[in-house]
Amino acid sequence: MNIHEYQAKQIFAKYGVPTPRGIIANTPDQAVANASELGGDIWVVKAQIHAGGRGLGGGVKLAKSLDEVRELATEILGMTLITHQTGPEGKLVQKVYIEEGADIKDELYLSVVLDRAAEMPIIMASTEGGMDIETVAHDTPEKIIKIAVDPAFGFQGYHGRELVFGLGITDKAEQKKMIQFASKLYNLYMENDAEMIEINPLIKTGSGDFIALDGKMGFDDSALGRHPDIEDMRDISEEDPDEREASQYGLSYIALDGEIGCMVNGAGLAMGTMDTIDYMGGTPANFLDVGGTANAETVAKGFEIILKNPNVKAIFVNIFGGIVRCDRIANGILEATKLVDVNVPVIVRLDGTNAAEAAVILKNANIDNVIAATDLGDGAAKAVAAAKGE
Amino acid sequence: MSILVNKDTKVIVQGFTGGEGTFHAEQCMAYGTDIVGGVTPGKGGQTHLGKPVFNTVKEAVAATGATVSMVFVPPAFVGDAVMEAATAGIELAVIITEGAPVRDMQAAKACATKNGMMTIGPNCPGIITAGECKIGIMPGSIFKKGNVGLISKSGTLTYEGANQVVNEGFGITTAVGIGGDPIIGLSYKQLLQMFQDDPETEAIVMIGEIGGDLEIQAAAFIKENVTKPVVAFIAGQSAPPGKRMGHAGAIISGSAGTAKEKMDALSAVGVEVVVSPAEIGKAVKKVLS
Repeated sequence: MNIHEYQAKQIFAKYGVPTPRGIIANTPDQAVANASELGGDIWVVKAQIHAGGRGLGGGVKLAKSLDEVRELATEILGMTLITHQTGPEGKLVQKVYIEEGADIKDELYLSVVLDRAAEMPIIMASTEGGMDIETVAHDTPEKIIKIAVDPAFGFQGYHGRELVFGLGITDKAEQKKMIQFASKLYNLYMENDAEMIEINPLIKTGSGDFIALDGKMGFDDSALGRHPDIEDMRDISEEDPDEREASQYGLSYIALDGEIGCMVNGAGLAMGTMDTIDYMGGTPANFLDVGGTANAETVAKGFEIILKNPNVKAIFVNIFGGIVRCDRIANGILEATKLVDVNVPVIVRLDGTNAAEAAVILKNANIDNVIAATDLGDGAAKAVAAAKGE
Repeated sequence: MSILVNKDTKVIVQGFTGGEGTFHAEQCMAYGTDIVGGVTPGKGGQTHLGKPVFNTVKEAVAATGATVSMVFVPPAFVGDAVMEAATAGIELAVIITEGAPVRDMQAAKACATKNGMMTIGPNCPGIITAGECKIGIMPGSIFKKGNVGLISKSGTLTYEGANQVVNEGFGITTAVGIGGDPIIGLSYKQLLQMFQDDPETEAIVMIGEIGGDLEIQAAAFIKENVTKPVVAFIAGQSAPPGKRMGHAGAIISGSAGTAKEKMDALSAVGVEVVVSPAEIGKAVKKVLS
């Protein structure tokens, strides 16, 4: 689960990680009130969406008067912001964060992420703050410092020294501030079961203070149960409504832009099914894993969600039953054809547990647009042909 | 021969009396697995499925001589259960549970390593040595005995792959589902080595997916250490970047972890890489003939 910048900064503040002062606003009036409450003569109006690249997309702007705050908040609130991370459809901005202006001397980069190979968190830092870190990693990998921290022992002095010497920070007072900053960030990463924290840029001010000018946080979904305060930060308007509805039925659904709806058990086979469709010249319309407890109701729901997508020209049901019993899936398909208007060809491949019973169920039901397939390759070929109207 | 488990392996189940634990322990016993008991704290002294229940893993190991534990406890307790097994003398923990917090698995894995315990999973179908021992949730009937070893991140692709291998007239020595989480136990490298050393295994199928770089590491390992033919499929060639495809670890971040990069690395070291899982069986036939 991801959260907004302003929420990440609330968590930072709780741990003593320095951030600029700011207040969230839903309306231009609030934005102006927030700016006057913060005081000063320069403010930043920042669109709050779950995607990076907001500045380049026109979602982060500087205001030098309260009138300008109003003007910019009016412009940004309600705009559909398109960045390299939102996809071409963009994201609607519903909140703006009003922040005091900062005195930027240097821009750095700092993040904490899980290093899957080391099986522990790593702190990544760079002097190239404010840039796309993927580009830095690609073009000048030597400018990224990586420091693994073993959770069994925690953040130690040497981690801090590697960090500040690596960043070329020579002033003693500044070294101390940066080490504290990183140590607090590591602790909040661990204590909150974060998946990643990224601060880009982390600025050094004219007076040698380090401040998180931006903040991005994602959390381990599996651990949210023990962090109700973080679960409360969930912004459902940032989530795809179909994906969300599917998850309530234990289905894992992701919309794609192709024509063949997929209903598969198991994430790996679901991806493999998409790949096979793609390989045979078709295009998958979605990823859908019905999970290990699929029954008639969830299968019917799956059909309903797949068919909401107007691009779908055929559906490929590909089940290799282990825990999932094929006869239940077959009954689900029958149920679905009663509950939902299934107006496209449905190619069905059921193999594994109770596949023979399932075949009998489908054969006896004799539904017009249900086409049986013998294996994965056969099913994908038939689905591709059906989507092309062959 | 086989790897890791066989008909003589003594297995306990952690989370024995729960719904999932009960159902699958029964299935495993029906397959022939020597399940010697289980652990459910507070239910020690009872009998379940005709086997003794213990309060702790330590007691279970002392009474039964079990060396392998199949872990079915709920996600929030997986870390604890694995550490308990590791410190009680268990040699291999097969962790089936899906949804264990990553932080817990970091600690559990470190504890397992320190105590010399191997782990498989979490979030995996388990391990099966065809015709001898099934520790997990896979449909046992698919796995006919033969000469192909199988390593997979995905449960259903394990079944798909094994089924095709069998349909081509071959069979399986041992199949291991290593799980699709960001932190897992035994991985391609160690298992490739075990299959390389197993006289009965003549070819190896490895099934990977997007995210992380285990498959890239495997490619480097194959180049140096594996002389048996390897067939590979990487799921997620058509997956969009930045989206988590079901498995917690199946995400392409930036340009890293793509299917293409992994397929290229494997092809470069002579692995027979297939673009669709529907081709796995045929590819095995090709490398074995």
